[in-house]
Amino acid sequence: MTMPAPYQVSRFGLIDTSPTGTLAALARRSEGLAIPLAALLAGLLLFGLFLLMLGKSPVEYYALVYKAGFGTAFSWQNTLSRAAPLLLTALCVALPARLGLVVIGGEGAIVLGGVAAGAVAMLIPGGGTGFILMMAMFAMLTGALWIGLVGLMRFYRGVNETIASLLMAYIGIALMNHLVEGPLRDPNSLNKPSTLPLTPEQRIGDLPGMDVHWGLAFGIVACVVAWILIERTRWGFAARIAGGNVRAAQIQGLPVGWLIVGFTALGGAFAGLAGMIEVAAVHGSANASLAAGYGYTGILVAFLARHNPLAIIPVAILLGGFEAANGLVQRRMDLPDATVLVMQGMVFIVILMSETLYGRCKLFTPEKWRAT
Amino acid sequence: MKTPKQTSRRSFLKTSAGVAGMLAFGGLLPQTARASKLSVGFIYVGPKDDYGYNQSHAEGAAAVKQMPGVSVVEEENVPETVDVQKTMESMINFDGVNLLFPTSFGYFNPHILELAPKYPDLRFEHCGGLWSADKHPSNVGSYFGYIGMGQYLNGVVAGHTSKSKKIGFVAAKPIPQVLLNINSFLLGARSVDPNITCQVIFTGEWSLAVKEAEATNALVDQGVDVVTCHVDGPKVVMETAAGRGAYVCGYHANQSPLAPDKYLTGAEWNWAKVYTDMVKTVQSGGQIDNFVRGGLAEGFIKMSPLGPAVTDTARNQFAATQSEILKGGYAVIKGPMKDNKGKVIAGSGQSFAETDVALESMNYLVEGVIGSTS
Repeated sequence: MTMPAPYQVSRFGLIDTSPTGTLAALARRSEGLAIPLAALLAGLLLFGLFLLMLGKSPVEYYALVYKAGFGTAFSWQNTLSRAAPLLLTALCVALPARLGLVVIGGEGAIVLGGVAAGAVAMLIPGGGTGFILMMAMFAMLTGALWIGLVGLMRFYRGVNETIASLLMAYIGIALMNHLVEGPLRDPNSLNKPSTLPLTPEQRIGDLPGMDVHWGLAFGIVACVVAWILIERTRWGFAARIAGGNVRAAQIQGLPVGWLIVGFTALGGAFAGLAGMIEVAAVHGSANASLAAGYGYTGILVAFLARHNPLAIIPVAILLGGFEAANGLVQRRMDLPDATVLVMQGMVFIVILMSETLYGRCKLFTPEKWRAT
Repeated sequence: MKTPKQTSRRSFLKTSAGVAGMLAFGGLLPQTARASKLSVGFIYVGPKDDYGYNQSHAEGAAAVKQMPGVSVVEEENVPETVDVQKTMESMINFDGVNLLFPTSFGYFNPHILELAPKYPDLRFEHCGGLWSADKHPSNVGSYFGYIGMGQYLNGVVAGHTSKSKKIGFVAAKPIPQVLLNINSFLLGARSVDPNITCQVIFTGEWSLAVKEAEATNALVDQGVDVVTCHVDGPKVVMETAAGRGAYVCGYHANQSPLAPDKYLTGAEWNWAKVYTDMVKTVQSGGQIDNFVRGGLAEGFIKMSPLGPAVTDTARNQFAATQSEILKGGYAVIKGPMKDNKGKVIAGSGQSFAETDVALESMNYLVEGVIGSTS
């Protein structure tokens, strides 16, 4: 039995093409990038066909999307403003997903996090950076309790986390409405029930030199922290094992229950933070406008990013750009508002289908190179 | 003899290159070059064909589109978040609008207030009547209509039509504007028969079709035979009630196509008049008042044409009441009157005309309304 020579003449030339070589490593790594990108392009092409069927020009459409989403300085600020909340709400999906849990009720954590922030601002006098951090902490705690409860029910009672989190989102919104229209209502907010307005010292401003609020920075930091947690710590490693095979993880003695509760709670904390940022940076008080659907768009972002926290950043920016362009497309091409939803839906389905391609493309699977 | 002038291939190419060049250059012209023409932007919180609030504004926008020298851009389904700020700026940057109508109530604070100081040369006109001189920028205006009177007239027709003496109201939230509509609807019906009661159900949301249908069904189950509503899109309420055999009174826009036989009348916004007037003011170089309000007499609201089920006696009282309201100063809330918990809200001789600011902080349901504000 002879060992294969590491360097041999192949169609790649005199390069190490063995399954353990550098090219092989590069090929394996690029799979995770190339397949989603190809799927994204395929989805956009498919949507182009759809536009042609409607008698509209796909070229004009994508030119407008580029112009309004990424073409000017204002377009970038528009895009980043819309991407900011999605970074955090996508984490509420991506973190539990690494444990194999599909949590889709981040919306509940956002609205309750927002109400918690509004309540803190109302009940505790003060302002400044320390106060804002405290407000963030309360909001994160609220979100953590809300989604952590989903994890708790999952582990101890076997309640399906997808259904539970979705239904709890409706309860969360109802609870927010009750609090904002009842005990926490500013009596002067006559026709739009809200909590007491935050003082200027309690609010978050814009990033220096930009018309985008600090939520963007919070979101990017959160994504990086989440990535380090998952990819570079033993808790993340344990979570990935439990996500791969719960029984195996339990046999290994991993604290699966703690992992489930911890990761759902952390995801909820990030969504709660998104709610606090909406209150402190955008609305200036907590009210029904908090339920704007960011929790649901976050599901799309997390799945497109394949639950990789770092990939969430570009995906959220891409979706933010699509949404930023939606208005111009409506106005210039006389297309209905639902157009962008159709595009998102098509891209989403193609990317989900592309999941089946992993390990099947010979180009990215060095083990198959030598078969020919 | 002159040869007939023919277009040579060369001159054709020259001309088309020139035209293409001009078109390309025209596209690159800065917005100021186009600013001599008035450009107006309309923003809606929901779909503009919702048979309701947003449609009423879109009908106003459609009327402005017909005017000479005006271009109109519209965007629908814009949530009351940072999205609406960016939509306004996108219209300013890409379409060069100089007059904006962000129509949803929740766009005002903080979104319009945030943006208006950044664009002092532009005009922001908001529907809802929240502007006050000491707090808000001077390039922001607000306008609203006394549509409670329309619900009062709805009530008059409902009072004549109801056999069970029970009428119903599907409402979004217990806020002053909505409470005034509920109270007006009942008091209109009681001007016909003081034994009529009105059951109200709050859905808690401005647009939540499932709950609106449930509420309507619950009302009809309780014997209610005339239904009206105050939600963003009355379509579901109208279709559900009419499908169950109840009569309906419309709100926001004309919903008679949804239930031609059961539709009695409806309280509609008449934004077409308001918006074309405002655009005319701007075109003639004038300044729109920062605080504009009006009712039936001023043409801010109008009633849908009476439906086939309305009896002659009802028509007569409807016409008589309408002409009373058109005189101005009509009071729906007048003493002695109690709320539905027995508390006196107006002593004898006391009355609140349609323009009375006290009505804008209404927090009660009058006697005869079955339901609670909290």
